Amino acid sequence: MAGIDVRDLEITFPLYHGDARHLRAMGELGAGTRFAHDARNRVVVQALRDVSFSLKPGDRLGLIGGNGAGKTTLLRALAGIYEPVGGSVTIRGTIGCLLDPQLGMDMELTGRENIRLRGMFAGLTRQQIADVEDNVEEFAALGSFMDLPMQTYSSGMTVRLSFALATAIMPDVLLMDEWFMAGDAAFRARARARLESLVSGADILVLSSHMSDIMAEWCNRLIWLDGGEIRMDGPTQAVLHAYENRS
Amino acid sequence: MNDTPALPQTPSAPDTIQPVLRLVPQGGLSYFWRALNDIAQGFHYRMLALTLAWLDIRLRYRGSILGPFWLTGTTTIMVAAMGVLYSYLLEVNVHQYLPFLTFSIVLWSLVAGVLREGCTAFTSATRLIHSARMPYTLHVIRVLVRNILVFAHSVPVVLGVFLWFHVRPHHLAALLPATALWLVDCFFAIMLLGVLGARFRDTSPIVASLTQIAFFVTPVIWAPQLMATGQNWLLLDPFFPLIEILRAPFTGDIVQVAVWPAALGWSALLGLVTFCLFARMRTRLAYWV
Repeated sequence: MAGIDVRDLEITFPLYHGDARHLRAMGELGAGTRFAHDARNRVVVQALRDVSFSLKPGDRLGLIGGNGAGKTTLLRALAGIYEPVGGSVTIRGTIGCLLDPQLGMDMELTGRENIRLRGMFAGLTRQQIADVEDNVEEFAALGSFMDLPMQTYSSGMTVRLSFALATAIMPDVLLMDEWFMAGDAAFRARARARLESLVSGADILVLSSHMSDIMAEWCNRLIWLDGGEIRMDGPTQAVLHAYENRS
Repeated sequence: MNDTPALPQTPSAPDTIQPVLRLVPQGGLSYFWRALNDIAQGFHYRMLALTLAWLDIRLRYRGSILGPFWLTGTTTIMVAAMGVLYSYLLEVNVHQYLPFLTFSIVLWSLVAGVLREGCTAFTSATRLIHSARMPYTLHVIRVLVRNILVFAHSVPVVLGVFLWFHVRPHHLAALLPATALWLVDCFFAIMLLGVLGARFRDTSPIVASLTQIAFFVTPVIWAPQLMATGQNWLLLDPFFPLIEILRAPFTGDIVQVAVWPAALGWSALLGLVTFCLFARMRTRLAYWV
């Protein structure tokens, strides 16, 4: 059974490059701000603190909040990229990430080469990689652009390729940032159909966005992040209502 | 329209074993255990690292007519010019000096490349590191393989010079352990500099200047036997014993000092320092790059 269990997660970023003294002088440190001292008295930015939740198969969690609320950091922590500074993260099942359309893609390589690299990373056989290649080619509908460097792609094409690739190798847990909404309406409809078949199994989706309509359409549970902390956690409509009426 | 994923999952029974990733702050022995695991994982993905390195080379020289063979050409010209001039300045026989110089220069280009690119092993892989969880060792192997591939393009020059001057390796048996030790050392050097370079952005310029100094201080363009006395002092330079264990079997350098123990000692120190640092700082790398 796929599952996510997050307990008292804390993620802090150290400030190394001379910003710390400035902050001290400005009186920006201490309680009530996102800056703090760690055990060795270094100045750190608290990206996430006291975040706890768990997800079971079928959950489609939306992370909502303004810029800098900690949405992307939380996704990266769930993906195991940022290991916790405090608390714990437990993920059961294989993880798929669509954190940024360009991340993990080398823009100087062709679409096909990027597919091959991703397939190798997922530990696929040669035959499976070929299958994925066909599948992605068909879904992304890039035509002859498949064999051109990704630098020449429009942003919509990059998004189509990334999305097709990330959903071709089916993970148990799919973590997505909001960028994939950059596609046009027709693409979004197809993306939705493809995701439906993925989430309909015993799978988990975590999606981050600051757009309410997307959240209402895609998620059955929302966590509202504010300043690195959970402000509200509940069913989509209730959280959206509170989020839209925030002061 | 194909709206279904390519690899549908096999419907799994609830009790099937799934990979479990449990992440908590580390401490004590678990640092080392996780670091070992990272290295093992890195070698598990060796084919990916090889492909990445190969694509790196292809991209670096895309659009260039000679491509990486520019290196072969440059090395040839440099060795020819320096060989004739320095054999005259140092008053040594050109038949003896030129093979020595060729081998040393080509080997040093590998050293310089490893040191230079080691500093950016993790910082240049920022996008990959931030895109998915993968072993950090993968990036180390990628840089190592890339440098070996570049090095391979200069090997024909060495072979050519050796054939021209009828140089024959003296102790082939010593070559195998020496090569193995070089691979291990290059791996650890890249890992060490990669971690330092991710945390301190001054690492690259410092390493560049130190490499320059080391080039002149180490017997690279001058043979160690030019030093009548005090060859022991050369062992304090870690590059000397390492270069000598590989070079002596070919050029028949007369070395009066114990280069193998020194080479092993320096390697052990490098490996130990690197592994401890990597184990301690591994989880921080994603935060730094």
